[in-house]
Amino acid sequence: MFARAATPVAVIITLAAFDGAAAQTASQPPDTMAARVEACTPCHGNKGEGTSDVYFPRLAGKPAGYLYNQLLAFRSGRRKYPPMNYLLEFLPDPYLEAMAEYFAGQHPPLPQPAPSEVSKDVLALGEQLATSGDAGRNIPACVSCHGPGLAGMQPGIPGLLGLRAPYISAQLGAWRYGTRTAKSPDCMQQVAGHLTEADVTAVSAWLATRPAPANPAPVPKGTYALPFGCGSQPN
Amino acid sequence: MGSKLSIAFLVLAAFTTAAPAQDKSPNNANDIIARGEYLARAGDCTACHTAPEGRLFAGGRAMPTPFGTLYTSNITPDPDTGIGKWSADDFYKTMHSGRFPDGGLIYPAMPFASYTKVTRADSDAIYAYLRSIAPVSQKNKPHELRFPYDNRQLILGWRTLFFSEGEFKPDPKKSAEWNRGAYLVEGLGHCGMCHSPINALGGTSQSDAFKGGLIPMQNWYAPSLTSNREAGLGDWSIKDITDLLQTGVSMRGVVYGPMAEVVHNSLQYLNDEDTRAMAVYLKGIAEGSSPPPAATALPTTESSLLISLGKTVYDKHCASCHGTQGEGKPPHWPPLANNQSIEMQSAVNPIRMVLNGGYPPGTKGNPMPYGMPPFAGLLSDNEIAAVVSYIRTAWGNRGTPVSAREANELRSAPLN
Repeated sequence: MFARAATPVAVIITLAAFDGAAAQTASQPPDTMAARVEACTPCHGNKGEGTSDVYFPRLAGKPAGYLYNQLLAFRSGRRKYPPMNYLLEFLPDPYLEAMAEYFAGQHPPLPQPAPSEVSKDVLALGEQLATSGDAGRNIPACVSCHGPGLAGMQPGIPGLLGLRAPYISAQLGAWRYGTRTAKSPDCMQQVAGHLTEADVTAVSAWLATRPAPANPAPVPKGTYALPFGCGSQPN
Repeated sequence: MGSKLSIAFLVLAAFTTAAPAQDKSPNNANDIIARGEYLARAGDCTACHTAPEGRLFAGGRAMPTPFGTLYTSNITPDPDTGIGKWSADDFYKTMHSGRFPDGGLIYPAMPFASYTKVTRADSDAIYAYLRSIAPVSQKNKPHELRFPYDNRQLILGWRTLFFSEGEFKPDPKKSAEWNRGAYLVEGLGHCGMCHSPINALGGTSQSDAFKGGLIPMQNWYAPSLTSNREAGLGDWSIKDITDLLQTGVSMRGVVYGPMAEVVHNSLQYLNDEDTRAMAVYLKGIAEGSSPPPAATALPTTESSLLISLGKTVYDKHCASCHGTQGEGKPPHWPPLANNQSIEMQSAVNPIRMVLNGGYPPGTKGNPMPYGMPPFAGLLSDNEIAAVVSYIRTAWGNRGTPVSAREANELRSAPLN
């Protein structure tokens, strides 16, 4: 299984490979992960920081376990996006793990949040749902799993910072309609199933306005207890 | 080149004296099962009979065809939903004749026109292996074929036109190695299923075998294995061919798309001797002389404008990996100069590669392949057409320019 302890080792290997790159002969590509994942960069940015296309998410600094789960899901077709399904179809597990570690280890600065296009009332609803949830409707707060700083938790819970509203909204929509699924118990499907379209708009808009915190790194596993079971974050 | 050729001759000479079928009779059940597993890989059974996230060989994979969707069958030894009640005779009959044990006709999406060439001993080994895997209780899904293709009797007509039953017959004038390669390529490898032109009836005529064709539903072009202007391997070294088949990358080119699947699930598992035999055979069937390049459909002024814009796009986006002279950094960043898959008459594959990028398969010999970025979102139809026209005609390449319309049409081609 995927072990968080592997992270520093992989980073060291990557660094060593970078040092070695200068000594490469001109006839071979650099023996680095950066060169190997160039196929990812037109959509996700050179260091996984994202691009101008609001539907392509930032990858940098997300927990490696989360990124690995997504790579596995894209490879098997469980998570559907044909350009990603196509690229990953014939890549082995250890390589996908190395890709996940690579982007988890990148720390380009978070972007300045763009000014929101929605009304103050909508933003207020978004903030309410994200920080407190709505117990009456069985909606937990985003922060209860994704962390008070929304930076995520190792190994499987992604941070929600640096993403644009259209991407978050599209993902919540996909969870609601069951086109995005994850290991059972599929916590995000349960949560999104309780959201209305207006909730999705509000939460997405508010999350996209969040400025970068002092420390955007995901917190260690077990930093706080999850309110309910989640297949992607086994205890 | 000279030294590579002489190595090829040495290899040929070394194998001429070997036994024709290389069938060492395995002396116990485990050997037979292991051999069956190896042969099942050579036949790439898993590509169709295992569904994504599904259990091994439990079937249920949707196979879109021009005639509707077929669902592959459960070939695990489950007695009720798999082939647990089949005898070795039943299994051989299916492989050899394309008929179920009860005589029912099998749709030719199952490559029985190739598998008919498989020997009884090899069929029995695959059968023994399939008996040894975990049974999975999973009912076969009914096919969803459109009228009139849902009438299985139509298969009789197809069989009359395109199916000739019979085990592989070695050519006594050729070496044992050549014959072993032919047996694998024409039989279990079922290479002709994609690398031959498919007509409107979903069939291939013998005379067109390995002459290349657009793969229905997938919109990838499976190049000719006989024409050196396409994927004919006549002027490749044996090492480059075996590298391509075993690792997915070589000094001459890299596999992507459907061929990446074949290398990933099948060819990487073949041993050095069998891979070399296939290489020798494939090199042997390539035509010595090349037909002249086809004339372009585009007016000259449009072509030259495209090619000049193409150089600008190339220098900006492509040259950093593929080199200013298209030399690449092989094997990982393939050369584009003198690369048949760039130059061949169909421009489908190079256009698709620019649009969607791609990774070669991760294999034992190349576990962390380098990827080509997708440019669909960065380049316009005109820029795609321009850069593909440029690489098809620069550095002595003998391809023809392509139009923005061709590039645009492939934006909607299926990716999986």
